[in-house]
Amino acid sequence: MPTSPSEAHDSSAFDLAVVGAGPAGLAAAVTAADLGLRCVLLDGGPSTGGQYYRHPAPGLGAARPDRLHHHWSAYTGLAERLAAHEGAGRAAFRGGHQVWALERTGDGFAVHVTRGPESTDRATVRARSVLLATGAYERQLPFPGWTLPGVVTAGGAQAMLKAGLVLPGRRIVVAGSGPLLLAAASSLVTAGAEVPAVVEATAYLGYARRPGVLASVPGKLVEGAGHGGALLRHGVRLRPRSAVVEAHGTDRVTGVTVARLDADWRPVPGTERRIDCDALAVGHGLLPQIDLATELGARTRTGPDGAVALEVDARLRTSVPGLWSAGETNGVGGADLALAEGELAAHAVAGALPTAPLLRRRARLRAFAELMAAAHRPGPGWTGWLRPDTDVCRCEEVPVSAVREAVDELGAGDPRTVKLLTRAGMGWCQGRMCGPAVACLAGSVVASGPDRRPLGCPVPLSQLAAGPSAEFDDRP
Amino acid sequence: MLKTERPPLDLVVVGAGVVGAACAYYAARAGLAVAVVDRGPVAGGTTGAGEGNLLVSDKEPGPELDLALLSTRLWRELAEDLGGDLGAAVEYEPKGGVVVASTAAGQEALRAFAAGQRAVGVVAEEVPGERLRELEPHLAPGLAGGFHYPQDAQVQPALAAAHLLRAARRMGAELITGETVTAVDRGPDGAVRGVRTDRRRLAAPAVVNAAGTWGGELAALAGVHLPVMPRRGFVLVTEPLPRVVRHKVYAADYVANVASGSAGLETSAVIEGTPGGPVLIGASRERVGFDRTLSQEVLRRLAVQAAELFPVLAEVAVMRVYRGFRPYLPDHLPAIGADPRVAGLYHACGHEGAGIGLAPATGLLISEQLTGKQPEQDLTPFRADRFPAG
Ligand SMILES: Cc1cc2nc3c(=O)[nH]c(=O)nc-3n(C[C@H](O)[C@H](O)[C@H](O)COP(=O)(O)OP(=O)(O)OC[C@H]3O[C@@H](n4cnc5c(N)ncnc54)[C@H](O)[C@@H]3O)c2cc1C
Ligand SMILES: Cc1cc2nc3c(=O)[nH]c(=O)nc-3n(C[C@H](O)[C@H](O)[C@H](O)COP(=O)(O)OP(=O)(O)OC[C@H]3O[C@@H](n4cnc5c(N)ncnc54)[C@H](O)[C@@H]3O)c2cc1C
Repeated sequence: MPTSPSEAHDSSAFDLAVVGAGPAGLAAAVTAADLGLRCVLLDGGPSTGGQYYRHPAPGLGAARPDRLHHHWSAYTGLAERLAAHEGAGRAAFRGGHQVWALERTGDGFAVHVTRGPESTDRATVRARSVLLATGAYERQLPFPGWTLPGVVTAGGAQAMLKAGLVLPGRRIVVAGSGPLLLAAASSLVTAGAEVPAVVEATAYLGYARRPGVLASVPGKLVEGAGHGGALLRHGVRLRPRSAVVEAHGTDRVTGVTVARLDADWRPVPGTERRIDCDALAVGHGLLPQIDLATELGARTRTGPDGAVALEVDARLRTSVPGLWSAGETNGVGGADLALAEGELAAHAVAGALPTAPLLRRRARLRAFAELMAAAHRPGPGWTGWLRPDTDVCRCEEVPVSAVREAVDELGAGDPRTVKLLTRAGMGWCQGRMCGPAVACLAGSVVASGPDRRPLGCPVPLSQLAAGPSAEFDDRP
Repeated sequence: MLKTERPPLDLVVVGAGVVGAACAYYAARAGLAVAVVDRGPVAGGTTGAGEGNLLVSDKEPGPELDLALLSTRLWRELAEDLGGDLGAAVEYEPKGGVVVASTAAGQEALRAFAAGQRAVGVVAEEVPGERLRELEPHLAPGLAGGFHYPQDAQVQPALAAAHLLRAARRMGAELITGETVTAVDRGPDGAVRGVRTDRRRLAAPAVVNAAGTWGGELAALAGVHLPVMPRRGFVLVTEPLPRVVRHKVYAADYVANVASGSAGLETSAVIEGTPGGPVLIGASRERVGFDRTLSQEVLRRLAVQAAELFPVLAEVAVMRVYRGFRPYLPDHLPAIGADPRVAGLYHACGHEGAGIGLAPATGLLISEQLTGKQPEQDLTPFRADRFPAG
């Protein structure tokens, strides 16, 4: 058995390993195979599609996925091309392959994978280059009652619908900030739910009204109009500059209090009103999922939405040699941008020149993403709706008061120290859920870089003990 | 513009790790006006990156064991004294250690080691192989035997540093975070006059170098040589578990590793439960500078050793890995006390893999020196000028 990855099975290395089979990764893998690279596409989930093209498992007898998806044909087109490449042995898709670490080796990377709980479920994929297309996860801002059953994330509600066509409730308030809210509300009403209100913290569509901005992005316009139409038809009311400041209920959410916000997102006293509901879908945008790259020391940038994304050059190279990044990992920007970046990155890896229209499309979509990000950046006043006993970290049940004590009395000036002193962020989600809120409450005395997580996800001890394996000898 | 702080300080402690915190605590308790400066937050250095074993079991008779025994007493006093709840606040657990041997020869070596330790006040009880599982029900079968060390204890290091500092602040100490010390000021007579940070000047007749792994750089700012270097370590943290590990448990070869001067990778897992539920498996020792790269080989070895001692651990998930850089000096002893080369300069760094354990004794002995008392332990072996200038 090889002891050092660099000496192991170099001949079996792929030209490119793509981590994440969402729009970005799928487009990248297909394009890379088109351009002659031997390519493996890895995803923790069972099938390709990622967050956007999430679809019901076959056999659920679900309605046609194209009803829930714009651009469904874009996905099926890519999936067919991938299947053709797989059939010809030029590319391989591996579902159920969760990557927990990237390791740089002499001539590329060892990609460390877990496929399940057994010690034999470890796999090690070797590739000369890696493209990170791991997407994003939802930003959560806590509020009193946010841990009640019936409170779900906006994206989670979307995902539930797309994957299993289940509704989280019958009368669902949608709240938070960002374009995902409209998408979620529109899917929910289309699937038969009542949505009494969409509560958006910003002035919303302010940016969209700017002449020229949306016109330059026809895809977005169509999508926005589509959502708007569905919402209008179902009489859904949009409440801008407002937030859910409390969810009520004992066993389950039975209603929410909505308040107006000032420009800093501080709740305005006296504006509270109650809305009855049996579910709340709440989200504050998405955060790039970049642990695998930051662990290698990849440089990052803070986007206009305050989210940390990978810093890439014009050809989507990260600061780590041999590591590329496409899609949400470079800053959240939607499925069209992810597709464009996947294609662009594949060209760069293959050393091929991208077409001018592709470059233009990507630049335009990225510019729009930045604009949207700036509009939905959480204002500092949101902490005004917290109470001392509101849990910030739901995994470890750490209340606001404990975080404030750590900051005011114990000298924590950054999220990492708050974590050490309160356990906030030490639970199953490893701070993905409470990280942004903790960072905000910590008020970062010290500029702390992105949280470096040596393990991208929990790994069975038996697999660590087994050591790297040579799993992928069945390469194309 | 550089401002001078009022009221006048007696002492500036550089470093808000556990060692700096203990120095500030004992100095403030002795009535000195103290400021603690750190470029990061509290416990942002090695203190926030390791484990909190307070061990006497792994130390052979000598100055470090004397320091550990003194610290054992001080940790117990701290846990009891400070308002009663400090012990709980820092997760102090006097749970004891169990060192196991897989072979009869190993057990014999442990016996000889323990005999030496007993002579200087360590409590060590031999446990025959068949009785090990009374202490640790989940231990692997077939071990030759072991020793139980009831004095071994543990704290949560970051909490320990933060609460010592909080207690110090309640006695008047000032904490300054997010400022880097960029110079140590010295007068025409060469004596220390204070420090400068990137934002201010702090005048004081004494400066304690509690800069941990960066203590060599701080010493250089004061114009003296002190060869503190990093020794990398990784710790695995499992998912929360019911109480499967009751003591700190490790295999006999750990002691040899700790004392080793080798640069190569050494691992010998010390396994312990925590009040929060996760089991900690650590730690490796390697001299690779400040290289942060995750080592697959380290992960493999720690995991293998943990599963060898506690087979149930093979079934659990590892949630996190910590990594840190222990501050070490060539002879594996810390630098503690007044530097004979520069009046007013004190060192409290280089504690390697035992800084959490040794922090209170370090702080107490320095405060005794600062207030003109005879330190209750001879500090000669820890003098900072014991290394020839490189
Ligand atoms: C919950 C959620 C719901 C959304 N709903 C909508 C919507 O309704 N409408 C809309 O326009 N946009 C929606 N978006 C945004 C949209 O999905 C993205 O813009 C788009 O999918 C981005 O594509 P991507 O390829 O960058 O990432 P993703 O589509 O997120 O794909 C990333 C893929 O990487 C995989 N992955 C991540 N980490 C690893 C790892 N360590 N190992 C292996 N695989 C890994 C994931 O399983 C996933 O399949 C949603 C996003 C989220 C997070
Ligand atoms: C994996 C691992 C496991 C360990 N396990 C144990 C154990 O079980 N038991 C035990 O006792 N010990 C253990 N240790 C060792 C222990 O962590 C260290 O000995 C101890 O933390 C050292 O504390 P310190 O206060 O000296 O250093 P640190 O905690 O590093 O504090 C030094 C501080 O000085 C600051 N600083 C440095 N330079 C400057 C400057 N110029 N200006 C301002 N501030 C500055 C730094 O920011 C830092 O916060 C372990 C270490 C590791 C890495």
